[in-house]
Amino acid sequence: MALDGAEIRDFRVVGTRPVRPDGVDKVTGRARFGADAYAPGMLHGAILRSPHPHARIVSIDTSRAAADPTVKAIVTRADFAEGLEDEDWNILENVMAGDRVLYDGHAVAAVAATSALAARDALRLIEVRYEQLPFVTDVDEAMKPGAPVIREGAADETVPEGMHPNIVRFHENGHGDVEAGFAQADLTVERSFRTEATHQGYIEPHACLAQLGPDGKGELWCCTQGHFAAARVCAKLVAIDASQLRVTASEIGGGFGGKTTVFIEPVALALSRKANRPVKIVMGREEVFRATGPTSSASMDVRIGMRRDGKITAAQGEFRLQGGAFPSAPMEFAAMCAFAPYDLENVKSVGWDVMCNRPKQAAYRAPGSPMGAFAVESVIDELCNSLGLDPIEVRLMNAAKEGARAAFGPKYRRIGLIETLEAAKAHPHFTAPLEPGQGRGISCGFWFNHSGETSVSLALSYDGTVSLSVGTPDIGGSRASMCQMAAEELGIPYENVRTTVADTGSLGYNDISHGSRVTYASGLATIEAARDTIDKLCHRAAQQWGIDREAVYWQDGHAKPSGPNAGEFEPLSLAEIASNMGATGGPIAGHFEITPQGAGVSFATHIVDAEVDRETGAAKVTRYTVVQDAGKAIHPSYVEGQFQGGAAQGIGWALNEEYVYGEDGRLQNPGFLDYRVPVASDLPFIDTVIVEVPNPGHPYGVRGVGETSICPPLAAIANAVSNAADVRMTHLPMSPPRLLKAIQENAVG
Amino acid sequence: MMEMKHVKAEVNGDPVEYLCDPRESLLDALRDRLSLTGAKEGCGTGDCGACSILLDGDLVCSCLVLAAEAEGKRIDTIEGMADGETLHPLQSQFLQHAALQCGICTPGILVAAKALLERIPDPSDSEIRYWLAGNLCRCTGYDKIVRAVKDAAVEMRRT
Repeated sequence: MALDGAEIRDFRVVGTRPVRPDGVDKVTGRARFGADAYAPGMLHGAILRSPHPHARIVSIDTSRAAADPTVKAIVTRADFAEGLEDEDWNILENVMAGDRVLYDGHAVAAVAATSALAARDALRLIEVRYEQLPFVTDVDEAMKPGAPVIREGAADETVPEGMHPNIVRFHENGHGDVEAGFAQADLTVERSFRTEATHQGYIEPHACLAQLGPDGKGELWCCTQGHFAAARVCAKLVAIDASQLRVTASEIGGGFGGKTTVFIEPVALALSRKANRPVKIVMGREEVFRATGPTSSASMDVRIGMRRDGKITAAQGEFRLQGGAFPSAPMEFAAMCAFAPYDLENVKSVGWDVMCNRPKQAAYRAPGSPMGAFAVESVIDELCNSLGLDPIEVRLMNAAKEGARAAFGPKYRRIGLIETLEAAKAHPHFTAPLEPGQGRGISCGFWFNHSGETSVSLALSYDGTVSLSVGTPDIGGSRASMCQMAAEELGIPYENVRTTVADTGSLGYNDISHGSRVTYASGLATIEAARDTIDKLCHRAAQQWGIDREAVYWQDGHAKPSGPNAGEFEPLSLAEIASNMGATGGPIAGHFEITPQGAGVSFATHIVDAEVDRETGAAKVTRYTVVQDAGKAIHPSYVEGQFQGGAAQGIGWALNEEYVYGEDGRLQNPGFLDYRVPVASDLPFIDTVIVEVPNPGHPYGVRGVGETSICPPLAAIANAVSNAADVRMTHLPMSPPRLLKAIQENAVG
Repeated sequence: MMEMKHVKAEVNGDPVEYLCDPRESLLDALRDRLSLTGAKEGCGTGDCGACSILLDGDLVCSCLVLAAEAEGKRIDTIEGMADGETLHPLQSQFLQHAALQCGICTPGILVAAKALLERIPDPSDSEIRYWLAGNLCRCTGYDKIVRAVKDAAVEMRRT
């Protein structure tokens, strides 16, 4: 359908900073998150997990657990659906192991008992006999001939013949002739890079409360980024009809991509069905680390040729990502995003998806893009240093703009990369003097942004207030933005709108809250549902006045007569029309359903200062500035919050966070003590600049902002640290031991 | 099954009694037995601070305290922070500053920040950051949290 494109207009509510509608609940402890639900007769579930990275399950003896009077149900793989295919099978295999366990922490059985402690005790009564198998946890090792095979036949048709079975998908993109481009370069730099796996690190562990009866009808409460998708997948995994499972999204304590799939929900449903009682499962933090969504780890080679004046003549990258024991690593996004900021004549990217004995990777904020940007933007920084060029001027010279052909194929519509670079150049941070021992780093970053199925409903109350129902869980304040957009369009106060995240029984299918899509897609649908409502309001006014619908228009919250009727009738407010809607034709509600096609891509430029202690190898970020194109910031505080949050997660990834696997193939640091996410004392204030280059695909110009903010940090911080330490850092995280080693080797070398 | 322990304590000024498993954490007792679900379990090992409460005035991770240890003690949780319908200055400043995104860490951070301001009414940025270093927030990068705490301190000194 044709949407009307971004309007240049004066906004009344959009762009202000009202208090979020769920705010009081969240500062008083009233808000109900995943683990905050209870049901009469409720049991507690717990999951038994593999201590081995790779093993054949010889037998599972549940007889002792079954004899425990506190135990009301036990499930293994036999209690789930059979005959699933493709990603549904992958998810089931990850939720509950089949004939083999594929990573340390892989679920093998589960119990429901009368208390959480009883359930945990009962797990010890289950006896599993394993036959251990050879394993591999490193991406490069997993690709080598002779590496232990995770699963034969998992590769798709993109993989050339003769490759190792662990290599399951191949991707390439680009255009031009890279070798001819490199021949024109004055300087070519080629480097290899590695990034370790990180975890999304949401503070709320996965939690759910499930009820499934022998009649195949179920209820599920869970913390999820997508309850409609959870309903679809859970129904498949426990073999019931999707519409018979009503899923309610709880308040969600962080997701960042990691709550876009299911882990415990199908298990709780299966236990509930067996016990015919409600079952609650709450993961412990160790389980979260061992069995839920880490990112991929990556091994990458990047080669870029540059003329003496800073023009890039050719760029080439190879991105090898492992995604755990399933085909899932977002290597194509690494390959597609890595060079996306630049208008290149000759560019080529290839990606490899590799399986390892690790948990199935889950999306983490712009999956793949931060790693690719780390490699590419590090090489650009090195080229700038070697050629004595300004890092922002070089990026400006090569920056993509409207009409440029992206490295991944399409031509860009209106984009805001240059505007972010200009704003970064003008920011006082960029020219502020550095202290001794400090270095500065710059990086650009790119994310596509996503649209997805979206359904919104807007209903008037008799008192003229508005109930807005959306199907996208609110992961960062989006209900405030929805209220703002509805109020803006209807011409009523922000406070007159209440936005609810509706359950799966109340609204059409909605894609997950991912891909930075919510403010864009649910926002677009909210505006269109408001317009649908306005049309109905104008009909009622026309009917009351006895004139044609076309002779009525909507302005500032009122229906007004136009043309020859202008001034003939007193304008009717929304509240006046709503007050007798029952007598004038019935309830008034607006709807909109769409899979929109205009999610505007988003770019950012980050400036980072870092300080390095050459004796300990400790690096600290001392100043940080995020400049990003938001298209149009609906609620600027929450846009800034996304910028700051992405930067902070990037700091963690760049400096500390890392999945450490031991010689035994087990995760060595499954807790916040040893997997160190940034704490308040690690970080500086994070300055933000919101650039607004409207997205022509949204009525108000919105571009998603959640993910792009994590694309530049790895590179910007690595560039700052490399410049401070005077040694090029190519392996993340730059934890003290790794940085110290690099400094010492550089001194010797 | 182990014999349950009987505990009498005071929570947010109210006398309470509960039975608990000797292995049960105070956090679980607050949540599961007293229906005070404002304190959250983020880790269960005292690393994230989402379960922060005051125990006889001391800031503790309630996941590291046994439910049975609360016998005769005074407990303050997020549920007791507002005075009737009047929010505490920290609560209102968190809303004004948009110092929360998902909100799961917010109760623990508010309880911890209140304990800070009761000891140091005019904290520096560093004092705020080091005091809150035991409270993980994954959404905000702490920027707006530190600013909200500073402004709440100003507001509290004024009144």
